[in-house]
Amino acid sequence: MPILVPIKRVIDYNVRIRVKPDGSGVETQNVKMSINPFDEIAVEEAVRLREKNHTDAVVAVTIGPAVAQDVLRNALALGADRAIHVVHDGETQPLGVAKTLAALVAREPSYNLIIMGKQAIDDDFNQTGQMLAQLLRWPMATFASKLEWQDDGIHVTREIDGGLQTLALNLPAVVTTDLRLNTPRFASLPNIMKAKSKPLQTMTPAELGVDLTPRLKTLRVEEPAKRSAGIKVDSVKTLVEKLQQAGVL
Amino acid sequence: MRTLVIAETVAGAVAKASMHCIAAAQNLATPIDVLILTDAAVDATGLQNLQGVEKIFTGVQANFAHAIAEELVPTITSHAKNYTHVIFPATSFGKNLAGRLGAVLDVQPITDVIKIMSGDTFMRPIYAGNAMATVQSADAIKVLSIRPTNFPMPQSGGAGAAVMEVIVTAATERKPKFVRAELSSSARPDLGAARIVISGGRGLGSAENFKLIERIADQLGAAIGASRAAVDAGFVPNDYQVGQTGKIVAPELYIAVGISGAIQHVAGMKDSKIIVAINKDAEAPIFNIADFGLVGDLFALLPELSAAIAGVKSA
Ligand SMILES: Cc1cc2nc3c(=O)[nH]c(=O)nc-3n(C[C@H](O)[C@H](O)[C@H](O)COP(=O)(O)OP(=O)(O)OC[C@H]3O[C@@H](n4cnc5c(N)ncnc54)[C@H](O)[C@@H]3O)c2cc1C
Ligand SMILES: Nc1ncnc2c1ncn2[C@@H]1O[C@H](COP(=O)(O)O)[C@@H](O)[C@H]1O
Repeated sequence: MPILVPIKRVIDYNVRIRVKPDGSGVETQNVKMSINPFDEIAVEEAVRLREKNHTDAVVAVTIGPAVAQDVLRNALALGADRAIHVVHDGETQPLGVAKTLAALVAREPSYNLIIMGKQAIDDDFNQTGQMLAQLLRWPMATFASKLEWQDDGIHVTREIDGGLQTLALNLPAVVTTDLRLNTPRFASLPNIMKAKSKPLQTMTPAELGVDLTPRLKTLRVEEPAKRSAGIKVDSVKTLVEKLQQAGVL
Repeated sequence: MRTLVIAETVAGAVAKASMHCIAAAQNLATPIDVLILTDAAVDATGLQNLQGVEKIFTGVQANFAHAIAEELVPTITSHAKNYTHVIFPATSFGKNLAGRLGAVLDVQPITDVIKIMSGDTFMRPIYAGNAMATVQSADAIKVLSIRPTNFPMPQSGGAGAAVMEVIVTAATERKPKFVRAELSSSARPDLGAARIVISGGRGLGSAENFKLIERIADQLGAAIGASRAAVDAGFVPNDYQVGQTGKIVAPELYIAVGISGAIQHVAGMKDSKIIVAINKDAEAPIFNIADFGLVGDLFALLPELSAAIAGVKSA
């Protein structure tokens, strides 16, 4: 039974973003774009499960503009078997994405596991997995740092505020990834070449019967307040004096 | 208009993060009810005299242990329907619940709110806090998670809220089973609530070397934090991670030791009142946001700092 891995194309995490002067958003033209780092971890985890024969196929899906095909090819080069591109221009928000993914599962009910990022590093919502689990009425384990396959399902260790929590889930289930789940492999050149001929299916939100209109209207995007640069101190003694003067020691 | 605060509890008490949620609710200037779902009774008397708080609903059930979202959401949902605003803390507890509730109610939650502009307009950071978005919601119920560090403690002066038992809605969803928890136990203050935080990065080199940080933390009554690199390397547990995808802190004093200052780390601590950086690389980006920078080898500077603090404390 296939694993579905939703991935998002975002500004690369190494890029220093620029807010547009008119306050309408963040500059994405001529900026390096990549697969959301948490989603790359999700692809890697799914591919490892296939390599251990716990699944027969890994299906990557993105909802995004035509250019977002590149992250799907990237996922295919990392080992995904096929890809689905739901072509949509403009911003996506978690509720719309979750509904689209739920519609895909309704079409192809054989999926028994969805592994996705805990958070897209552009909107930082940290919501889509939770919303999808609710729409499907599947159990979820968010912020996963370990996934073990068991006879009757999976055991997932989660990074929570107080430490770690391990949950047992029967499949089908939704898992969202945290940073320490695995270290993604690099795509080899032969695999990048192979990815070009792997199946990639495109569809529209209309075909799936979903509405991706953002529920939240962005009124304004602005730069955060800047911290004024401080000073370098020459010794521990000066540092301690300064901290005493500031009243924090 | 009426606001429901979903309270998180820690060790039988209402978590400090939830107190900040009540402060956020006070900004909305609506009557406030609080919902507390736990597996053991919680003392809620501290909430009764908070301004605007009218009802405190408590539900005690064995299956509310471990805050498993699938167990809590049905009861939260049946309450939430009577409100215009539902507020969660932006913690691992709140992140799980807000999304599920949003999906049941068909609303888009607004997570990590740092400022409430009006009943339907909120400010939240995006791109690791490198931009601030002001968003407006037309949904009938606003499901929010708020960043505790951006709200004060709530005002008192309430009329004395009534405490009452909730009617629990049984969970019908398929749900996970709890297997085990490995929670960090520490006598030190909670990272999110500490007045002083001292964090170590890859520069510390080993778990053993974190003792240098621990000693100063104990002297100052500080919490200990870390960069992702220090957690990944196994120097400290995962719940020490400060940053975009870890904990958000805003103490009065933040001391970053052997941390380069990647944007993902800075996202979690740049609202601290005073930032100190100790790093041997004078060009490290952390110095761009530090109030006081000390360039040098941490292995020489930390023992010196510890001695100097001991001197100050005994003076
Ligand atoms: C999706 C994503 C999410 C992330 N989320 C987070 C997050 O939440 N939090 C986070 O912290 N990071 C996060 N990161 C990682 C982040 O990008 C950096 O890799 C990380 O913060 C670096 O940690 P560091 O500063 O400890 O290590 P380094 O960048 O390696 O810096 C080590 C520093 O120690 C100094 N040093 C070394 N030896 C000494 C010495 N003897 N004395 C003094 N100084 C010394 C060096 O000069 C250097 O500046 C994330 C990354 C990604 C891709
Ligand atoms: N447009 C999208 N297409 C595919 N997957 C997405 C999209 N947006 C979000 N996701 C998935 O949902 C996760 C969480 O995103 P978010 O809730 O926006 O922080 C991401 O890590 C992806 O796995």
